[in-house]
Order: sequence, then structure tokens, then C-alpha cells
Amino acid sequence: MTLAAKEELRVEYKKPRPLSTNSAVAHAVKDLDVDVVAAYPITPQTTVVEKISEFIANGELEAEMIHVESEHSALSATIAASLTGARAFTATASQGLELMHEILHIASGLRAPIVMSVAMRALSAPISIWNDHSDVMNARDTGWVIMFVSSAQEAYDTVIQAYRIAEDRDVLLPVMVAYDGYVMSHTMEPVVTEDRDSVLAYAPKRPFPYKLDPDKPVTIGVIADPDWYYEIKYQIVDAMRRVPQKLEEADREFGKRFGRSYGVVECYLCEDAKSLIVAASSYAATLKAVLPRAWERGLKVGLLRLRLYRPFPEEYILRHIEDKDSILVIDRAISYGAPYQGPLANEFAGLLLKHDIKANLVSVVAGIGQRRMVDEDFMKLAEIAWEARISKKPETIFYGVRA
Amino acid sequence: MAVRLKPPAKGEPYKSLFQIPREEWFVSGHRLCAGCPVGTTMRLLTKVIGPNTIIVNATGCLEVASTPYPYTAWRHPWLHLAFENTAAAASGIEAALKVLKAKGVLDKDVKVVAIGGDGGTVDIGLQALSGMLERGHKVMYVLYDNEAYMNTGIQRSGATPYGAWTTTTPAGKKWRGEWRPKKDIDAIVAAHRIPYVATANPAFPLDMANKFKKAYELTDEGPTFVHVLIPCVPGWRIKDNMGITVARLAVETGVWILYEIDHGVFRVTFPVKRRKPVIEYLKLQGRFRHLTPEEIEKIQEMVDKQVEEVNKLVGKEVIGPVEK
Repeated sequence: MTLAAKEELRVEYKKPRPLSTNSAVAHAVKDLDVDVVAAYPITPQTTVVEKISEFIANGELEAEMIHVESEHSALSATIAASLTGARAFTATASQGLELMHEILHIASGLRAPIVMSVAMRALSAPISIWNDHSDVMNARDTGWVIMFVSSAQEAYDTVIQAYRIAEDRDVLLPVMVAYDGYVMSHTMEPVVTEDRDSVLAYAPKRPFPYKLDPDKPVTIGVIADPDWYYEIKYQIVDAMRRVPQKLEEADREFGKRFGRSYGVVECYLCEDAKSLIVAASSYAATLKAVLPRAWERGLKVGLLRLRLYRPFPEEYILRHIEDKDSILVIDRAISYGAPYQGPLANEFAGLLLKHDIKANLVSVVAGIGQRRMVDEDFMKLAEIAWEARISKKPETIFYGVRA
Repeated sequence: MAVRLKPPAKGEPYKSLFQIPREEWFVSGHRLCAGCPVGTTMRLLTKVIGPNTIIVNATGCLEVASTPYPYTAWRHPWLHLAFENTAAAASGIEAALKVLKAKGVLDKDVKVVAIGGDGGTVDIGLQALSGMLERGHKVMYVLYDNEAYMNTGIQRSGATPYGAWTTTTPAGKKWRGEWRPKKDIDAIVAAHRIPYVATANPAFPLDMANKFKKAYELTDEGPTFVHVLIPCVPGWRIKDNMGITVARLAVETGVWILYEIDHGVFRVTFPVKRRKPVIEYLKLQGRFRHLTPEEIEKIQEMVDKQVEEVNKLVGKEVIGPVEK
């Protein structure tokens, strides 16, 4: 590497500015020079789109904003724009994500390299504008790459990484970047943003390779009979397999350029721990503050933070759980009537069985509709995880419910 | 050798069908039913719009019949996403083309044509259509209206006319086929104050070609809409050589009035001096076979009223009385 090239890659200290996660996402969209944004307002996603609108209105971002009449149309227009060769973005939450559901499958089926942010929120009925993960959990089998982020900074960085992964010719899948509504979407944190040239040098625009172009006409969105449908869907399975490594590479490269990286999964206080708590998004951030105090009390409980959720980064998780005695999985959604009533717990049960890992599994459902969870509650969960080394807990614990 | 005349300039109408380009853009090998006039209509449409166009197609018989993987009947770049979102997809393409042009990524003018059936347009796709029209996307929308959900097997839609048998409005002891009048989608579309709305019919190809041409060219200003009546061989219970005949009778009886609304100005493009009685149109179609003379009389009255309204709108008798 030449001296000039080294100089270029040198990471400098940059002054952070206060941004909410929603604003951080909007800044990432601006710095990525996104071409088309189609979005419909829904709490708590709205300020993402408001901020992007401001950027366009002020001439800081040259993009087309489509003020669609529904989330269904938002995603449809985003896919169509992407397949025309534009870099396209949308954002939603909750009911909006559910209204998009039909089109979620079409996005992955047509391999549209789009990115969507989700400010996670509970689902109606009863209507709740507050946070849990029911919306994203209902979208987990749609062929999207799904990532959970734990800070405004990580949201900014992950949206940038997301385009690099989505537009990778070996991937070509839509990517969802999800974070806790309100708790993160509306909370100010210090965030470092990068200049557009550096961002585009890291994530250069790589438009859809088979785009709608009169010079090279293609037919997209055909009908496939039983002789073909299976293979076309299997290609998504194949592309998904490549994602964890692609993310690892993209994240490493991001770290080299900007001095921040997160890994595929994160294990905190992990090495000597006997027990692990699995958590995502803001709960993982809170646990990082609580767990050192648990260790002071002799509870050797670590945190496994899920960053990549789809595809499930099996190999990366295995590295951290093989020698543990107990694993407590926090679910922010309910899989009604399932063996474990938390969707994530079921996936971990499968993982333990598949790899013959003997750790005791504890399924905890918590924070449904943003039921309050504070430090003491997380300390309590650390205690439950610690106890589970010796006593099995086969039934899902609905933590904090008045029943 | 067939004579080919020079195609008209922009803003000028076709004077002869020989001016229509000879090159085929909707090509053979599709799996439309024998005698389906949508194939004829698409053939003409794709010739008129020229190569620099992206087509978006709603789910429907045209979509499934023309793109059985790994084959396609389309020589244009073509996209199908779903049933109810064609106008939204067209909006996305139009927006992408606009910004890519502004940023210097794209160096030519490319236009967007959306195609949907009656179900995908007047029912499930109405919301997306209204959004696209209201936002002013420069898209030409073609509604091919075969008056029911034909792709799923002849279920009634909002576009099914009064009296028509469908599998979900059967004629029995209590029901006598569809009992509600056809939704006036053109009035709904026109209420969005877009530059151009027109009705067309494959039995009048020159009239249809000119409407396609005008609608395509006027997308320079905003969204345009052409509503084409498409007789459905299995759905209307007609013989497979009767599609165009039935389509022509729809105009000759005043059931289907050929008009355009060009910048708010309403004009009947094919005046009918003496109308044929509606029974001439109805009797060729099995879907109306159950109707009694009284019921046919009611349909005649409905058509009379429609003709009266149009004549009033124009300010003179452009559609004449029923011939005796």
C-alpha cells in the first residue's frame, strides 16, 4: 500500500453530533446518495421520512420522494425504482410492515437490492404505538436479510453496510435494518457521520444488473410453473448462505475505513461466562450496563447480542455457546401456542438440538407493547439465567405480565 | 407487398392503419385464449408506443398468459409485481427514470405504460391508481376491461354490468345475475383532473390507436388513462370468432360509448346515428342468456339514460335513437 493510500485510510477522530436513531438513518440515506425514497407515515418511523424530506427540500440530497398512499405502494414503488436501476429506500413500522407483507416476498423473489429501516413497534389489536418486535418477527420468513441494531451510531453504520451487502452480486437481497421504536427511534445519542465521498467509496452504487432498460429488454416478474418455481426460490436459500461472510467482510472493511465495526454477532463478557443472555436492539445495550454488576455479585452471565437475524448466523453463534451451561433467550414477540412461546427461543432450541449442545435453554418473553423493563429487571433475568445452569425451566416465562 | 405509409408526427393522428409500424412488439407464442381481443389490443398498443417504453403489468390473464417462464411475449422491458400495485410500481419506475436522468445516469427519454385488468384497476388497484393520478406521475395507464375476474374463473368485479351471469352472480331462483350497475371508473379517473382520459374498443382499431398515441404523448404533461372494452370468449360465453363482432355491437348499441376527455373537454370520437337495440349485443353472449324480455328492457332503459347523459354533456345528439 502506498503512503498516500495509507493516509487516505487513516481513521481520524470526528466530532459526534446528537442524533436520534431515526435521524441517523436519514443521514445515512443522504450520505449514500439514495435516488428514490417512497414512504408512508407511521409512528414511530415518521421522523426518518421527515428528515429525508428536509434533505431533499434543502438540496442536500438529490432524490425523488414518492409520497405514496400506503405502505403497500411504498414498498412496490421502492422495488420498481430499484429494478429500474436506482438506489431506493423505504422505512416503516408495525402495521405498515404488515401491510407490506405480500410485497416483502416479491422484493426478495425479484432480488431487489433495497434497504428498509424499521422502527419496531407492537401490532394491533389493541392498538399500541409502543415498542416490541412483533412486526419484524412476523416478517422473518420473507427472504429478507434482517439486522437488529443497538445504537443510533450502529443504525447509521448499518444502513451503509446494508447497501453494500444488498447490492453485492453474490447476494442481491433486500435488507431490513430494525431498531426499537421510541427507545431508540426518538432518543438522542452521539453519532459520527461521514462525508458522502467516503461513504460512496465504501458502498459504491451497484444498480440491479438486469434492470428495466429499453436497450436490453427483460421480462421481470413472470409466472413460474411447478417445473421452475422451486429452483427460483432455492436461489434465495443459496444467496442467504453467503450473507454472514459477506457481512463479516463488509463490517471489517467498514472498521478499516471508519474505525467502527460490530461483527455478525456480539458477545459481551462472554469468555468466562457460564450463562448467556441472548438479546437484540436496545435490550442488548441496557444489558451491557447491567451485567458488570451481576459479575460483581458472582453471576457469571454474558450477553450474546444478535445483530444479524436472517440469515440466522449459526456458525457465529456456535462459537460462543458451545461451552455454556445455560442460555436465556429474551423474546420481544409472542409465537402464540408454539412449544416455546418466543420465536427466537424456538430457533435456539433448534440450534442446540442440531449441534447436540447440552446447555439449558430458558425462554423469556418480555417488554411486550413496551412493558417497562429497567436495570433491576435485567438483573433479575441474569439471576434466572444463572439459576438455569442447574435447574431446567421448560416453560416460557412471561416476564412482567400481571396474570 | 403491403403498402406502408409514414407514421404521423407527434401530435398528429393516424389517418390509416397502414401508418402503424409493421414491426411486432407483442409477439406470438403467448397463451391467451383463442380469439381473445386483448392480444390484438396489446399488439396495437406496443406498436404505437414505440421501443423506449417500460411496461408494468398487473396480475391478470394477460400477465400469466404472456410470461410463462422461461418464455415471454414482450419485447419491451416489462415488470409485474402484484395485483393491486401496478400504479405504484409505475410510479416507482417513473420516479427512478426522472432522477436518473437528472443525475446524468440515463441519457434518453423513456416512458412508462401501466396495464391492468378491471379487477386490478377498478377494485383492488383503485387506491394505488388514485395515488398515482393524484401525484401526477407521467404514466399512461391502460385498463383492459373484460368485465369480471376472468383469470380466476369469471367472478364478478366492480366492472361487471347489470344482468351479467358470473360464477359468483349466478342466475338462479333468487339471483338474476349481477344486480348492480357497472362502476364508472372513467368518471372517477377524470375527477383527478388528468390531461387525458379515453374509452376505446378493439373493433375500432384506428380510433384506439389514436387514443393510445395521444395518451402516450400527453404523458409529457401528466398521467393519462385509456379504458378498453375486451370481450372475453369463455367469460362472456361467446364463440371464439365473435370477440370483435361483440365489441363492435357494444358501440353500435350505445352500451359502450367511444369518447375522450382531452384537458377536460369531452368529445365523442365515434358518433352513432341510429343505435341498434341492446338485445343485438346481449343475444350473442351466454352470460345474458337467462334474461327475460322485462330484464332486457331494463338494460335498454339504462343504456338510453347513459346515451341521454352523454348527449346532454356534448350539447347535441351525437348518439342517436334506437332504430326501429
